[in-house]
Amino acid sequence: MMDVLTEVYVLLDRELKKWYRSPFLMTMTIIQPVIWMGLFGKALNLTGMFQIPKELLSQLPPAVTSQIAQLFNRMMVNLFGTAELDYFSYMSVGMLSIVILFTSMSSGMSIAWDRRLGFLNKLLVSPIKRGSIIISKVLSGVVKSVMQAILVMLFAAALGAKYNLAGPLAPLVVLLALTLLSLGLSSLFVSLAVRLKSWESQMAVMNLLNLPLMFASNALYPIKLMPSWLQVVASANPISYAVDAVRQALLLGSSASASMLLLDLGVLAVFALALAGFGVLVADRGLRRS
Amino acid sequence: MTAITVEGLVKSYGKVVAVDDVSFTVEDGEIFGFLGPNGAGKTTTINILTTLIRPTFGRAIVGDFDVVTEADKVRRIVGLVPQDITVDDDLTGWENLMLHAGLYHLGRQEAKRRAREVLELVNLLDAANRKVETYSGGMRKRLELAAGLMHRPRILFLDEPTLGLDVQTRSAIWDYVKKLRNELGMTIFLTTHYMDEADALCDRIAIIDHGRIRAIDTPMNLKNSLGGDIIELEVTHNNPEEVVQLLGMIDAVKKTTYTGGLFRVTVERGEETLPIMLEALLRKGHRVTRVVMKKPTLDEVFLEYTGRTLREEQGNWEETRRQYAIIRRMRT
Repeated sequence: MMDVLTEVYVLLDRELKKWYRSPFLMTMTIIQPVIWMGLFGKALNLTGMFQIPKELLSQLPPAVTSQIAQLFNRMMVNLFGTAELDYFSYMSVGMLSIVILFTSMSSGMSIAWDRRLGFLNKLLVSPIKRGSIIISKVLSGVVKSVMQAILVMLFAAALGAKYNLAGPLAPLVVLLALTLLSLGLSSLFVSLAVRLKSWESQMAVMNLLNLPLMFASNALYPIKLMPSWLQVVASANPISYAVDAVRQALLLGSSASASMLLLDLGVLAVFALALAGFGVLVADRGLRRS
Repeated sequence: MTAITVEGLVKSYGKVVAVDDVSFTVEDGEIFGFLGPNGAGKTTTINILTTLIRPTFGRAIVGDFDVVTEADKVRRIVGLVPQDITVDDDLTGWENLMLHAGLYHLGRQEAKRRAREVLELVNLLDAANRKVETYSGGMRKRLELAAGLMHRPRILFLDEPTLGLDVQTRSAIWDYVKKLRNELGMTIFLTTHYMDEADALCDRIAIIDHGRIRAIDTPMNLKNSLGGDIIELEVTHNNPEEVVQLLGMIDAVKKTTYTGGLFRVTVERGEETLPIMLEALLRKGHRVTRVVMKKPTLDEVFLEYTGRTLREEQGNWEETRRQYAIIRRMRT
């Protein structure tokens, strides 16, 4: 056990050194989600539809406008959980999980590079546990993606996202949800990388997975607006649970539901542990060459 | 004691047989070389012996342990310096060595001591704190060697240790390798396709071609086994058989073959025999248009055992396809 810890430490140290020594790469990977957030989040103003335009307000009698306002508020609560919300805040919080998704993917790619450059062989010739290789890759994926998500969150705040924390523990809940999501996704992509071997087929599979995982979730819009078949897909998508947990904690304030939060975190924990375990299991078979 | 025992080793990738029924032993403290052209099965053999791939058939014992069933124990006592440079570009030389030390669970103090030691050995102490991306090809190769030595392996595998290096670096690496054996008593298994390297370094050589071992012996014995000097002749003739018979009648001539318009004659005491041969040919009316005499080198030995020279990387389609298939399989 101590052996595995040392090995993971040594390999993780390498991964992180490589990462923080290339600030250019780091900036490039967060620029994309930030641009997305800035354009998509500001332009597609879903919540703006439920506001009574100013000129109507002066034309209609107050009794009517208050009824319309009530109706709109109810629709907002139904779709977004609270009436006090703008779409940019809603979407930027969803983006955090998307950042996790994209960054976790690249940790799978780094195995392909190590294989290509012969570094993986060096590891395989040494007497380390094969699982240590996988664990270190997954953990480095988790550290990198959570850090990047936090950076994106700071950008979102700078661009005008308004947070309404559910409680003093909210930041911890966010961290936990993102970490669990990243643990599961990194394990998934690292296992894929170990099994698929060639990096071309890896790219193909990842491109196949990333868009459906992003769009069939509640990251960009409420699940309730989707057709029922898509709702089924979206509620099976682990990203939806992470997004929901982060939203409950960051946006809903006093209307956050503790039971929903527990459900979200529970599902994420099961997802993360199952895939991490699976990753370590396939490591030995996948890393051995025929 | 025996460091490596290999019995009937076979590795096939589908129809392509990369290693074909190979058997040999390497003694403790020996420098043993696999000499053969690209795609002969050298790297595949090293990969099997260092537990990277499993043999299709056969058995390999490395330092008392079976490479398949006791792979973990084998990994503790072997070091591999691969053909490709695998040190990490983004780390410094020193960090690369520390990473390596970590993989073998060396303590911090011990790791530092050894890193200084191996860096001194390969003359990289001054460059230790620079990122590897600033190193030259030769420096990277030396760092790779240093990394392979960090855990003081009992048996060190060197896959084409001087491939693509300049003359000075090559001879420096040869010196390091000899030092390792002489001072640390390490057993060294290396592959090469350079004749001079095999000749200068190895105690014994296995000549390998198309996955099969054609001969194993000391470089000296291999050269002697040719039975003397080689004389190549271009002669006007009507029937090559006639010339072969004529030359065969001379006592010192041991063997004559005719290939590609050239008579290849193995003789004792070439300097004295050559005039006798020329005289005999002239007397029968043959005109000699060209003569080459060669002292035996490993080149000649290789030609003798495989029927081709190492240098001719012929554009043989089958050959290329075979090599390509092996490389592709090995990558995955």
